Amino acid sequence: MRISLSLVDYAVIFIYFAFVIGVGWALKRSMKGSTDFLTAGRSLPAWITGLAFISANLGAQEVIGMAASGAKYGIMTSHFYWIGAIPAMVFLGLFMLPFYYGSKARSVPEYLKLRFDEKTRGFNAVSFAVMTVFSSGISMHALASLLRLLLGWQYDACIAVSAGIVLLYILLGGLSSAIYNEVLQFCLIVAGFAPLAYLALKDVGGWSALQAKLIPVATRHGYAPGTWTESWSHLGSANANPMGVEWFGLAMGLGFVASFGYWCTDFLVVQRALAANSLSAARRTPLIAAVPKMLFPALLIVPGMIAVALPAVAGHAFLPLAADGTPDYNMSIPALLARYFPAGLLGIGLTALIASFMSGMAGNVTAFNTVWTYDLYQSYIAPGRSDRHYLRMGQAATVFGVLLGVAAAYLAAAFNNIMDLLQLVFAFVNAPVFATFLLGMFWKRTTGHGAFFGLLAGTLSAALFHGLSLPASAVPGIKGGWVTPEFVFRSEMGQNFYIAIVAWTTCFVLTVLVSLATPRNKTDAELHGLVYSLTPRVASEAGEPWYKRPVLVGVIVLLATILLNILFR
Amino acid sequence: MSFDLRIAIGGLFTVYGTLLSLYGLLGDKSQYSRSLGLNVNLLWGMVLLAFGLCMLLIRRRVRKS
Repeated sequence: MRISLSLVDYAVIFIYFAFVIGVGWALKRSMKGSTDFLTAGRSLPAWITGLAFISANLGAQEVIGMAASGAKYGIMTSHFYWIGAIPAMVFLGLFMLPFYYGSKARSVPEYLKLRFDEKTRGFNAVSFAVMTVFSSGISMHALASLLRLLLGWQYDACIAVSAGIVLLYILLGGLSSAIYNEVLQFCLIVAGFAPLAYLALKDVGGWSALQAKLIPVATRHGYAPGTWTESWSHLGSANANPMGVEWFGLAMGLGFVASFGYWCTDFLVVQRALAANSLSAARRTPLIAAVPKMLFPALLIVPGMIAVALPAVAGHAFLPLAADGTPDYNMSIPALLARYFPAGLLGIGLTALIASFMSGMAGNVTAFNTVWTYDLYQSYIAPGRSDRHYLRMGQAATVFGVLLGVAAAYLAAAFNNIMDLLQLVFAFVNAPVFATFLLGMFWKRTTGHGAFFGLLAGTLSAALFHGLSLPASAVPGIKGGWVTPEFVFRSEMGQNFYIAIVAWTTCFVLTVLVSLATPRNKTDAELHGLVYSLTPRVASEAGEPWYKRPVLVGVIVLLATILLNILFR
Repeated sequence: MSFDLRIAIGGLFTVYGTLLSLYGLLGDKSQYSRSLGLNVNLLWGMVLLAFGLCMLLIRRRVRKS
């Protein structure tokens, strides 16, 4: 599939490049110290950090992947946005940010150092830093492969231009520049994908016509007629839906362990909230982000569903075929862009795609340079230097972070298996982490040894359970079952959810046991502001207007999500 | 912060809105069969332009007060 661009489309793309660099340029003057560069000087209003929060998560894999899942699984994909994000975002805003923000920690690993000890911080900081480098590499690789396929652009040129622009605007304006551009990118993603969703839905004849057209898709795969358009009705058994999961695995694995583990502890997103100008603004950051998050299925998942509902054109299915002969679901968005967008709007649509890749990559780079500078360099390599020294190191980390990302992109291009393996290892490291934070924040008896060995055991148990389990269609190896395929799951997703549940439970139980067996390493005074029972309650915000009261906004967001789930049950 | 983000958002969308609307008015009109007969460049261009101008207006009002 090829898309040809006109002059006006190129103009749109170049104007975008000029603006993102311009934003960095305009912020250059305010980069005076390392905190300006790496933490945005804690000076941004809630609407900016809130939109950046959601934008940093809207990376490459997200936009392409969610549309692909919409095509593959239907509206059930929305669980990744509803149960798999909103409750955790509300929990972060209401219960966790008072400790993150109030402790003055500059990063999530630094919070672990304050709350527990050095080894727990080190474990988290090193694994996180490695992960961000590879994520930005995978993001770049995905963008360059897609542009090469769609537009016939050169792979190397795509990597060089996307890496170069992100590097330039972060180097100029630091985290503020990344955050400002994420808001710009968010607006562009909406501006590019909203007309696409509208045209596609209009063409297919509206929501009820789409429901009717997806009935044969469901029955052809052997499922009940409404499977593609009902999100809860087919979760009774893993055999009844294309995701191959049942409600317990979904609610616990995705809704609790994976979701809270990502949204509440991943520094990539938490960093946006920490850049807010007050505790109240920090708490409202994920709540503001939750509003677009709950509506994004309309922009990303519904177009994917339409892509499988559209009739074949001249004997060819609407979606192009992948190498193995099945429809290439990852092409849902590009195929719709090519079908509906005339020159002009096509430029906006492609810019939206490029913007989503850049925001995801910039999020990784800014999280990496902060963790490297504060948690690794300042803590272990060169403590006690001047702030100017750390500012220079932050800038240098931005450069080598991007360069390492480029190297990772070429690694991904050359050895697909290495990337699969790495992502697996990251999943093992991430799975248990929320148990550590939960116990750390709400149980003052949790000790440093408890946290560290709980995390370690959780990670190892994830790897072990992976070795004991296997998706039904796979052979033992990278997909699992390398010890013995004791537990067979209907799908890889179902397997992943249970790996997360096992890792979390192991970490939780072991952290409690080891903590009870070891003496406390922090006094009550040291834990002031870090643990729930030892922190004064947030002052009442009764005098503020309703939209500035986090608890009220949080409740509204949750109610709206429940309503959406009922509407699309 | 020395620089107001609303300038960048307002500026970008004002430029995009103007460009798309003009292209919709003056450019090749035969291509709109693919967008279901709608001149989406003109329509969406005007929406983007209105959004961009709103941002710039808010910025001006905030600055005055």
